[in-house]
Amino acid sequence: MSDQTAPSPQAQNALQTGIVQLRDVTEAIRVRIRNPAKLRNLELFLLVIAWVLAGGAMVLVQLGALQRVDLFPLQLAAGLGVLTLALHIVLRIVAREADAIILPVATVLNGLGIAMIYRIDIADGLSGWDAASMRQIAWTGIALLVAIAAIVVVRNHRVLARYRYVAMAIAFILLLLPLMPGIGRTVNGATVWIGVGPLSFQPGELAKIALAIFFAGYLMTARDSLSVVGRKVLGVRFPRLRDLGPILVVWAMCMLVLVFQRDLGTSVLYFGLFLVMIYIATGRRSWMVIGVGLVAVGGVAAYFSLGYVQRRVHAWIHAFDPAVYEAQGGSFQIVQGVFGMGHGGLLGTGLGLGRPDITPYANSDYIIPSLGEELGLTGIVAILGLYLILVSRGVRIGFQGPDDFTKLLGVGLAFVIGLQVFIVVGGVTRLIPLTGLTTPFLAAGGSSLLANWLIVALLLRLSDSVRGRGIV
Amino acid sequence: MSEVSKEQSMRRPIRRVSTLLLVMFIGLFGSSTMIQAVQADSLHADDRNTRTLYDSFAVERGSIVVDGVQVALSTPSNDEFEWQREYPMGPLYSHITGYNTLGQGNTGIEGAMNEELTGTANSQFLDQVLATLTGQSPAGSSVELTIDSQAQQAAADALGDREGAVVALDPDTGDVLAMHSSPTFDPNAFASHNTAAVTDVYNQLLEDPENPLHNRTIEGDQFTPGSVFKVLMLSAALESGQFTLESEFDNPAELQLPQSSHVIRNASRETCGPGETVTLETAFILSCNIPFAQLAQQLGQDAIAQQAAAFGYGQTLDIPVRVQASRYPSDLNEPNLMLTGFGQHDVRVTPMQIAMTTAAVANDGTMMEPNMVDRVLAPNLDVIANPEPTILGNPVSAEVAAQVRASMELGVAEGLATNAQIDGVTVGGKTGTAETGENNEPFNLWFTGYGELDDQSVAVAVVVVPDENIVGDTSNVVAAPIGRAVIEAVLNS
Repeated sequence: MSDQTAPSPQAQNALQTGIVQLRDVTEAIRVRIRNPAKLRNLELFLLVIAWVLAGGAMVLVQLGALQRVDLFPLQLAAGLGVLTLALHIVLRIVAREADAIILPVATVLNGLGIAMIYRIDIADGLSGWDAASMRQIAWTGIALLVAIAAIVVVRNHRVLARYRYVAMAIAFILLLLPLMPGIGRTVNGATVWIGVGPLSFQPGELAKIALAIFFAGYLMTARDSLSVVGRKVLGVRFPRLRDLGPILVVWAMCMLVLVFQRDLGTSVLYFGLFLVMIYIATGRRSWMVIGVGLVAVGGVAAYFSLGYVQRRVHAWIHAFDPAVYEAQGGSFQIVQGVFGMGHGGLLGTGLGLGRPDITPYANSDYIIPSLGEELGLTGIVAILGLYLILVSRGVRIGFQGPDDFTKLLGVGLAFVIGLQVFIVVGGVTRLIPLTGLTTPFLAAGGSSLLANWLIVALLLRLSDSVRGRGIV
Repeated sequence: MSEVSKEQSMRRPIRRVSTLLLVMFIGLFGSSTMIQAVQADSLHADDRNTRTLYDSFAVERGSIVVDGVQVALSTPSNDEFEWQREYPMGPLYSHITGYNTLGQGNTGIEGAMNEELTGTANSQFLDQVLATLTGQSPAGSSVELTIDSQAQQAAADALGDREGAVVALDPDTGDVLAMHSSPTFDPNAFASHNTAAVTDVYNQLLEDPENPLHNRTIEGDQFTPGSVFKVLMLSAALESGQFTLESEFDNPAELQLPQSSHVIRNASRETCGPGETVTLETAFILSCNIPFAQLAQQLGQDAIAQQAAAFGYGQTLDIPVRVQASRYPSDLNEPNLMLTGFGQHDVRVTPMQIAMTTAAVANDGTMMEPNMVDRVLAPNLDVIANPEPTILGNPVSAEVAAQVRASMELGVAEGLATNAQIDGVTVGGKTGTAETGENNEPFNLWFTGYGELDDQSVAVAVVVVPDENIVGDTSNVVAAPIGRAVIEAVLNS
């Protein structure tokens, strides 16, 4: 009888475990019912607005440029809608607490980019797979699939910190690929492309993510030693000489990019990323002083030894000088872009109604002047505002992240978007010298889209770990 | 340092980086605002800004219309300029319409009426605002000209390939009825959207020694008037009160000019009629030089210059195309003063000026301002400009005008301009054969005159520059029939 009345300890344990498990599951269900994915619903609401904005822009482009409407822009919009909806659904399952604003903002930017690329296609009379807009929507599909895969596979991003040296190796390989004979390609003087058959790719775009992961992982472990102060010079405490190694290595890498790939923008982007991340990790301004000093040394040396750097600076300062304007590799493009933005004025010519195609590379490097011409200053301010929101969502992870790696990676990825926007938009608006970088999400080009959607995937994954801190 | 404080410490640098990002974006907002708001107007005005040019072409430019027919019009084109300018009549109206190029300027009515044709004239401002608000494409106004297509065709046919110019005016209103200059050119060549081709055509025409781009009726090197200047001289003489048609002048076969070895003769190389003296009227009808040289000597430079100014010499006009000022020289010594008496030395005129002089005589001494624009029609066919005839002045009294007319009519009836006679039409005229240089260069063969039939009248000026001087090739043989053809065309239409 005792067998009947007294269950064995094992059975009791199993029962208790079962009850606990059952309780966990019901608790989880109760949480879901009581707290029905508020963030995801907000995200869906914002996504609908994003689809309307992007689809509206695509239809208006056709209406403005061709005075008719057919299914093509709607197909483009539907493609973007289906793809981003897929990411949204995936987030509902695997990252319920992820940031609700990042995906809609990226969707609007991606959609506006496709609209303007389509607009330039119309001006150039391109259709089918010749049309950059077709390729852009296809790349958007690839980029979003990769982003979905990344979110599904990387359930815990902290794992990435373990692979920091792998990330570093990947970054170096990606950077070196364009220099390899056979697959490297030089476009407009910059050797930043690789090509296999008809496909071409800018591996440097992906390298910036690998570098951000490496920097975050490395600085997470090294921040203590890097924080140790050495000598005090002119009121600033400088780090110990033996800790200078990493920054010199990164600086040297960027200088190599500058010299061998002739890519000023990427060089500045990587070094800026490293400087900001080391500053955040250590809180020591001396790192910034050293970094800015190294940039100054590198910059001055590059200016006097590299012809293309000198030309860029001249085309920036003396853009409207007739000699510079007419010179080969002079300021023609900059001035045409500025003319285009001026043509747009405050309110723009209206989508499809301007002449952005006069400016060379109107759908890639110069997509911001193209948008500025047709959407006006109003549109540019709105687009810059969207970037600012995107960047601020990343920085927020830096403030609220649960651990050093999350914080560093979040701010690093956000900063790399912000800095890239600054370099590109500052270049075309003559705030700084022009360097060839792509405008995140907007510019035509698969590598850039892929890299930036990967950044979005990582930011979403990171933000999911910032739990229970409300929507904002 | 504990873990917690270290985590807290990361917040400060992140805040600083946030500030840095914000500053960067404020910089971008600033640089965009500079371009799109502050500098937009000056960027728009930069002549390298092809967008400004395209904008002006995106407007459907108004037509130029003669007698209900479009002689310049814009048709849709399939390139980025949206509109192609066409001149269906080719060279016939080239000196009237001028041409409109892509950023390389415009001439003629295309230039003078550019604001109306593009719809940017102040008078069209409200229409353009309304069109923008109602979503209509912007369009320019049409310009209807005063030109009489039959007179223009007659002038071109009569002059043919020869170098020269023909102007016809309505003496009562100043309306320009014909304006033809030869050689001419095809304005369609300038309407090409291939700017390099346009530059080539332009340079080619510019280097052409015959200057086809010059509208000889109103601009260019101008002409020596020769004996057609005697219309002005006769007017000055009669207006002065010192002379009548019966005033007598010495009648030698040749005359040595004072303080000079230069000898002048009449065109006939003989005396002006049989007598010892000759009347002013006979001298005018037979176009004798010696009596008019004496007239100039007696009238004096000031009186002639004053009369010339009264007829409009020394004054540029915009009709609306710019008419160069004709000139009577100043600071003349006595022999040169006498040479100007029959339109030689440094007297330089446009055919327009000669036609204006004759028209004033035909209109009882009242000179009307020449005008080429009849009406300007907005795209909705509202008349937005309808220039009224304007009086330019009264260079001679009605009595003097009647006396000059009588002399000119005698000149056609029995004098040196007999080839201008038209049955049943009152025609007055004056020929001229102007020497233009020492080395036997071709003379300028002139005719100016008027025809009156019922209420309608027309004044013409014709000048022909033959390739070389041929014996018997006088102005009565060459120029007068052209004038007659144009007068007939106007009076028949």
